[in-house]
Amino acid sequence: MESVQERSKLERFEESILPHLAAAYNLARWLTRDDRDAEDVVQEAYLRAFRFFGGFRGGDGRAWLLTIVRNTCYTWLQQNRSREFAASDDEMEQVESDAPSPEARLIVTADSKLLARALEELPIEFREAIVLRELEGLSYKEIADLAEIPLGTVMSRLARARKRLQQLVAGLMAGEA
Amino acid sequence: MDCESTRDLINAYADRELDLVKSLEIEGHLSGCPVCSERYANLQTLRGAVGVLYHKPPANLQKRITTAVRKASNGETRSYLISWRMISIAASAVVIVILSWSIFSLFSSPASSELLAREVVASHVRSLMANHLADVPSSDQHTVKPWFSGKLDFSPPVKDLANEGFPLVGGRLDYLDNRPVAALVYQRRQHYINCFAWPSETDQAEKEFSQQGYDLIHWTRAGMSYWIVSDLNKNELREFAELVQK
Repeated sequence: MESVQERSKLERFEESILPHLAAAYNLARWLTRDDRDAEDVVQEAYLRAFRFFGGFRGGDGRAWLLTIVRNTCYTWLQQNRSREFAASDDEMEQVESDAPSPEARLIVTADSKLLARALEELPIEFREAIVLRELEGLSYKEIADLAEIPLGTVMSRLARARKRLQQLVAGLMAGEA
Repeated sequence: MDCESTRDLINAYADRELDLVKSLEIEGHLSGCPVCSERYANLQTLRGAVGVLYHKPPANLQKRITTAVRKASNGETRSYLISWRMISIAASAVVIVILSWSIFSLFSSPASSELLAREVVASHVRSLMANHLADVPSSDQHTVKPWFSGKLDFSPPVKDLANEGFPLVGGRLDYLDNRPVAALVYQRRQHYINCFAWPSETDQAEKEFSQQGYDLIHWTRAGMSYWIVSDLNKNELREFAELVQK
């Protein structure tokens, strides 16, 4: 015998959370930088999400799921690739150098493979901010909630991430030339 | 708006996160400054280029996830059967809560305070967004309090709560409920708290609100109406409210 309660939980879950699989995979893929690992992390995140689904108060299922995907990624990375977090705050500060950012035409001519490589090289906090903002279109407030950082930090982190990304693109292009 | 402040806000502008006034100021500056407008164009080019870097999930992933979740669901079902009695108890509790809430809301007028709460949150967000937390940045209550005199027709109470873990960041003039008000900014770790105060006649008991993920506490006592708002957790915000009321 199957409980009515439980069947409807599964149904509600499949209706409201399963459709955000693409967003979940995209975030996991950018954070882990590996196809296989991303798939494993997404599956683990979905199982966690199902377990905690009782705590989901309706509303934006995507933001809720992405929070869980992010946390699952971080746990996974800490267990499997703790080097990922070696970048200290000092290191992130160095980004602030005033090297000129490349001109727009550089980025226009950069193919998306090169741009993707540059994005993969960003420290994880920066990469995450860019992915959530540019690829998922989340607002500063949604990013602040998701990453548990103050709103002002979202703004400065995105600014620094974009600047750093421009510098990386310029560096990679110079290397190829 | 000069080049430096434009550079500070250009990202928030591109992300449409600024309020109307600030956006218009930046727009005005961009139309007259070739350096900043090139910077802006570069930024938008980068954003457009990054926008296509979406990783699509492999075709079989959806099936894999669905199977895993359904399997987990079957495992859970058994333990859920026992809890029918719990559910009926919970259901009656819910009925009681709903009943008492609807009776309560009959006698209160949530509409106007909900609107004001929204205004308070908007002010809070703006103060964080445009680097405009304080007109008078100071942790010294004896600097902040006199600053308001001459700018407001009342003198807001300014407390130093640094010893209690809520250092004063500064004071700011703001505009709420159709009047100029005092905004005092406090900090807890990385969270900012805006404490708005203005004179009001009728005493009101403490009331809590939640808006767009922010928590607010409002009360009126001894001729002064208070609104405090922050993204801090509720318990610490309550602690802060108690300290202000002391």
